[in-house]
Amino acid sequence: MAKYKMHILICGGTGCKSSNSLQIIENFKNILAEKGLSNDVQVIKTGCFGFCERGPIVKIMPDNTFYTQVKPEDAERIVNEHIIKGRKVPDLLYTNPENKEHVSDSKHMDFYRKQIRIALRNCGFVDPENIEESISRGGYEGLAKCLTEMTPEQVIAEMKASGLRGRGGAGFPTGLKWELCAKNKADQKYVICNADEGDPGAFMDRSILEGDPNSIVEAMAICGYAIGASKGLVYIRAEYPLAIERLKIAITQAREYGLLGDDILGTGFNFDIELRYGAGAFVCGEETALIHSMEGQRGEPTLKPPFPAVSGYMGKPSNVNNVETFANVPIIITKGAAWFSSIGTEKSKGTKVFALAGQINNVGLIEVPMGITLREIIYEIGGGIKNGRQFKAVQTGGPSGGCLTAKHLDTAIDYDSLVAAGSMMGSGGMVVMDETSCMPAIAKFYLEFTCEESCGKCSPCRIGNKRLCEILEKITDGRGTMEDLTELRNLAAVIKDTALCGLGQTSPNPVLSTLDNFWDEYVEHVVDKKCRAGVCKKLMSYVIDREKCIGCGKCAKGCPVEAISRTDYTAPGHKLASMVIDSTKCIKCGACINNCKFGAISIH
Amino acid sequence: MANIKLSEDKVNIIKEIAKSFGNRAGEVINVLHQVQGKFGYLPAEVQEVVAHELNIPVSRVYGIVSFYSFFTMEPKGEHPIDVCLGTACYVRGAEKVLDAFARELNVQIGKCTPDGKFSLNTLRCVGACGLAPVAMIGEKVYGRLTPDMVPGILAEYK
Repeated sequence: MAKYKMHILICGGTGCKSSNSLQIIENFKNILAEKGLSNDVQVIKTGCFGFCERGPIVKIMPDNTFYTQVKPEDAERIVNEHIIKGRKVPDLLYTNPENKEHVSDSKHMDFYRKQIRIALRNCGFVDPENIEESISRGGYEGLAKCLTEMTPEQVIAEMKASGLRGRGGAGFPTGLKWELCAKNKADQKYVICNADEGDPGAFMDRSILEGDPNSIVEAMAICGYAIGASKGLVYIRAEYPLAIERLKIAITQAREYGLLGDDILGTGFNFDIELRYGAGAFVCGEETALIHSMEGQRGEPTLKPPFPAVSGYMGKPSNVNNVETFANVPIIITKGAAWFSSIGTEKSKGTKVFALAGQINNVGLIEVPMGITLREIIYEIGGGIKNGRQFKAVQTGGPSGGCLTAKHLDTAIDYDSLVAAGSMMGSGGMVVMDETSCMPAIAKFYLEFTCEESCGKCSPCRIGNKRLCEILEKITDGRGTMEDLTELRNLAAVIKDTALCGLGQTSPNPVLSTLDNFWDEYVEHVVDKKCRAGVCKKLMSYVIDREKCIGCGKCAKGCPVEAISRTDYTAPGHKLASMVIDSTKCIKCGACINNCKFGAISIH
Repeated sequence: MANIKLSEDKVNIIKEIAKSFGNRAGEVINVLHQVQGKFGYLPAEVQEVVAHELNIPVSRVYGIVSFYSFFTMEPKGEHPIDVCLGTACYVRGAEKVLDAFARELNVQIGKCTPDGKFSLNTLRCVGACGLAPVAMIGEKVYGRLTPDMVPGILAEYK
């Protein structure tokens, strides 16, 4: 192996790749080769660093300099200045928005200061396509320890003692789940990794698979050893080609190194992993639906019991955990349950990864200890609301969760406190909204999603959610009544009580939590026919102020439906007659407002 | 199988894919993934051949194709446009961007333009929430979109 003096780490995650990070990698490689530095400086394409808002990210090691929003043409400057002369390139460093100072070490950025990275420990540090880098950071140590020093019972006891709970949403204790599966005797058992991340706005599982696939391979093997399974299956979204590719590479390399396959590490333990592809169905996050999909059926859930631990894939005992849950496993084994359970709250141990997104300054992937407050996440890590607007709500738990408001900002968040506040942890989507978001419209947005994704097997979910959605449409169209609001609540309660699976039982949460927290806004839509956020098109009209209009006609030229014409009124001081919008033709697209340089058009 | 209009080549492609999975009924989803990868979409006649090769009813194949959003019975355009409607993009105005594409191309969501150049669809989360709202045209991701950027982007492909 070559001995490199410096390493250039470049994010190859989805967000940075979309901003041309692969071209940056190419440029670095070419420039280093030109200067004869290829043997001294290594260029590594890593997984997600998390700070997606400032991507593409380039990190220089060993001095840990963190360059943000790097463009392909910046590669030359970084090589000339930083690599050759040892001088940092100030304008590419992160600028602290408060004191305008440059920060070069990511440890000192507000975005990273409060984070504890356990599941994401290797993301952004290793080349995910090289197992040796993973091993050099402690990868597969946990598996070796299990196989050589621990019995399966001890592994399960360690997992139970750690207090790790399922990160996919419901928060079932992982150790207990393993134990239930271990107890069932069978000729074949399965370890299943749920990588069918379906929550719109959550991308942590994808980032872990893209940034550190070896930790998932290792964890599945540990689980196989603990429950007595020799086969692992990863159910992964076909829409994640990069994650699939990297997982395949990790599996192949692990086999070459004797870390998968027969007689792992000479201990006689056999375990191997295959991939199964999802085809885009949100309900397949539910474990029984997922198993049916892997068997080549429609992904419809079935009643539990029997639980998959008794009768799962092909009728055999199966243990299903999600990606983030698995990512915690190896480090719990190496560092011990006591270390892990020292982080977090009484009933929720460890950390949680959130995809922080929406109207917030620092969008990205964050990992924080359980028990942190929303205020810390939104204002310290997230850097506050975009464009200096007011915080309105934060949605957690995706289509199964709810909206929390300013009064929840100081709640210490864990599985139980979020449920108590009317939301849930879910897979970790966290979408921040400001006053430009309309809450009945948000509820409708989620219900439309649920209607589309409902598998149709049980009528509360199939029909009930459709009716909820129709009522919400009435309200956002300005046809709603106060009775509709009562009906929303009643119907939501029935669906919650009677739906077959987790999807249906939680689908009314976005409606109920917005009704609870934003009742006034619903009443405004219904009684005053007003949408204060200016989102509901049917409740607003575009109006031209005839005194301000100079009659340039630019609005009319840009109008896609020819709804704007000239009047015969010329305002004092102007040469041309003013324009007017025909509200019966207007489709409220907003093109005219964007075209008007004189601020003459407003929304009412 | 009487009124299948597919050419023999195409039927053979499907047969080969099915064979590579041992013609097992349990592999139907994997078979459909590969067939869609070859043809771009799964029209009724293709589903009939798949069903025949795996020895299962066409209704089961159709049940699967219509269940999973990844499978489509509509052909895609030369430049497929996918506008992200994940929550992060939605709260940053993705709907207006989608409207702008639909208006500019005069095409309904889920459909293809008559000349076969563009098709317009939505998807849920590309995983590039830092760039929200985003849209994909083919493999290329466009971020931080506003409706007035749409005509300029489309011009790149005309």
